[in-house]
Amino acid sequence: MVSQEYILQSSPKELIERFPYLQTFFAGLTLKLENLQEVPLQEIIAGMDDEVAEDNSFEGLHFLKQLQEFIQQMQSFLGDEHNIVDSLTILPGTDKSGNPEQFESLIFEKSTITSIVGPTGSGKSRLLADIEWVAQGDTPTGRTILINGEKPSADWRFASGKKLVAQLSQNMNFVMDLTVAEFIELHAESRMVNNIQEIVSKIIDAANELAGEKFEPSTPITSLSGGQSRALMIADVAMLSSSPVVLIDEIENAGIDRKKALQLLVGEEKVVLMATHDPILALMAHQRIVIKNGRIVKVIKTNLEEKAMLKELEEIDRGVQQLRTKLRSGEILHANE
Amino acid sequence: MNLITVSGPPSSGKTSIILKTAETFKRRGIRLGAVKFDCLHTDDDLAYEKAGIPVKKGLSGSLCPDHYFVSNIEAVVDWGLKEGFDLLVSESAGLCNRCSPYIKEIKAVCVIDNLSGINTPKKIGPMLRMADIVVITKGDIVSQAEREVFAARVHSVNPVAIIMHINGLTGQGAFELGTLLFDESKHIDTLKGSKLRFSMPSALCSYCLGETRIGESYQMGNVRKIKLEEN
Repeated sequence: MVSQEYILQSSPKELIERFPYLQTFFAGLTLKLENLQEVPLQEIIAGMDDEVAEDNSFEGLHFLKQLQEFIQQMQSFLGDEHNIVDSLTILPGTDKSGNPEQFESLIFEKSTITSIVGPTGSGKSRLLADIEWVAQGDTPTGRTILINGEKPSADWRFASGKKLVAQLSQNMNFVMDLTVAEFIELHAESRMVNNIQEIVSKIIDAANELAGEKFEPSTPITSLSGGQSRALMIADVAMLSSSPVVLIDEIENAGIDRKKALQLLVGEEKVVLMATHDPILALMAHQRIVIKNGRIVKVIKTNLEEKAMLKELEEIDRGVQQLRTKLRSGEILHANE
Repeated sequence: MNLITVSGPPSSGKTSIILKTAETFKRRGIRLGAVKFDCLHTDDDLAYEKAGIPVKKGLSGSLCPDHYFVSNIEAVVDWGLKEGFDLLVSESAGLCNRCSPYIKEIKAVCVIDNLSGINTPKKIGPMLRMADIVVITKGDIVSQAEREVFAARVHSVNPVAIIMHINGLTGQGAFELGTLLFDESKHIDTLKGSKLRFSMPSALCSYCLGETRIGESYQMGNVRKIKLEEN
C-alpha cells in the first residue's frame, strides 16, 4: 500500500506518472491544480486558502484518505487475478414460509445458458439479488452463493468496479447524447482498457452482426432502433462489461439475431442467466430452473426431444422473419410461401 | 437508537429507497422513525404514514435548507429517542449541489440517479464526496454501459464510499442496504457536541435579509462577483 507520507511528498504530476489512472481522480476534483502540477501535495494542502477549499468542498485529510483509497482499489483492480469466474454455485435456501428448496447444489458454469421460468412475483428478482449480493445465508431466502466452488471474498459486495452481475432488459434505453463510437470509448475509458480504438471497432462490428439493420460509429446512440440498441448493449456487455454474469430479462424478437447474441455472450465466457417464457430462448439454454412462491422447485436439463423442437421452432421463426422483411420492402404476401 | 442521514438531489428516489428498506426492517423487528426535511413543499410524509412509519416533516421555507436541517436535527433526535425508535432516518433534499448535511460519526447515505447525467457526480459537492454509502437508482431503465460509466464517475469523486445499485420500484437491493444501515451495537443519546463533516454553504448579505432591489448600492455583506473577463 502507498503510504500517506509518500503521497504528501509527491506532486500531482509525479503521482500521475506513477499511477496513470489518477488522471480520472484529479479530473473529478472541482479544484483546479493546473498551476500546481509540480508542487508536492503537502505544500498544496498547507498553502490552500480557506475560501478556495470551502468553495471546492476540499478538506485536506479527507482528500488524502480518498486518494490513498483510490490508488489501493485501482492497484487491486488492475492486477486482480481473482476476478475470473469459472462457475457460480447456489446452495439451497427456503421460501417465505420456511419450506426448503429441493436441490443439493445448483451450478452455473461460464459459457453456459440457464433460463429462469416462473410467474411474475415468483421470486426471480430475489434470486438475482441473492446472486448480486453473493448471499451467504444472510438474505431472506437463506441461500448461499459460491464462486468457483468457494466462499467468495467480500470484494464482490463492496468493491466498486467489481460487480458480479450485468443486466440487460427490454426496458433499458440509452440516455446519453453521444455517438456510438464516443459512447463505447467512454465506457472503455472507465474500464481502464488499453487498446480503446480496437475494442470500439470490435464492439461495433459485433453489434452490426446482430442487428438486422446496420449502423455507423457516428450514429447517435439515442437514434438507434430498438433492435440496434439491444444489439449494441449485448455486444458491449459481452466484450466490455467487467461482470462475469449476465442476466437477460427477455430479448425482443424484432431486429436482432437472438441466437447469435447468445452465442456472443457464451463465446466471451459469460455465465448467462435468462428470464424468459419464449420457447425459442428457453430451449436454447442448457438448463432451466423453475421458480414458484420464492423458491427453486425444479431444475430441468434441456433434453433431446426439446432440442429437436427447438429446430422446428427456429424454422417457423425464420419464416416469420422473412415475412417481416417482405412487408418492410413493400411486397405482397402469398399463402403458400 | 441509530441515526442515519439520507440526502440526494430532488426526485432521485430517496423516499422510495427508504420505504423499500423500511419493509425489510419491519420484518427484522426494527422500529423505524423518519423525518423529512424539504424546502417549500413535500407530500413524502404521507408516503411514510401510509407505510405505518411515524414521521415528522420540516419545511425550511425561505431559509437555506441545510442551515434549517442543522438547527433542528438535535431536537428531532430527542423526539426519536422519546418515541423509542431503533433507527431514525433523516431525509433531506440536496437543493443546491453544495449541500453538506452530514455529521461526523453518523452514517451518511447519498442517493443519486443514473438519469442525472454522467457529469453530475463531479458537480455535487460534500453531499456525494463525503457520503459513506452511495445508492444509485433508476438502473433498470438505462443500459449496463451507462450504469458502469456512472458508477465509475461516482467512484472517482468518492473512492471510499460503498456504491450500491438499488431499484426503488421493485426494492431489489433494499434488503442488502438495510444490513449496512442498522448497527445494533451503536447508540446515540444526543447530537450535542457533534460536528458536521464539512461546513455548510454560507451567505450573509443584504438579500439574505430580504432585500429585493437590484443594483450595486443595495449589495452589502458577503457578496461575490462573477469573473466575466475570464469566461
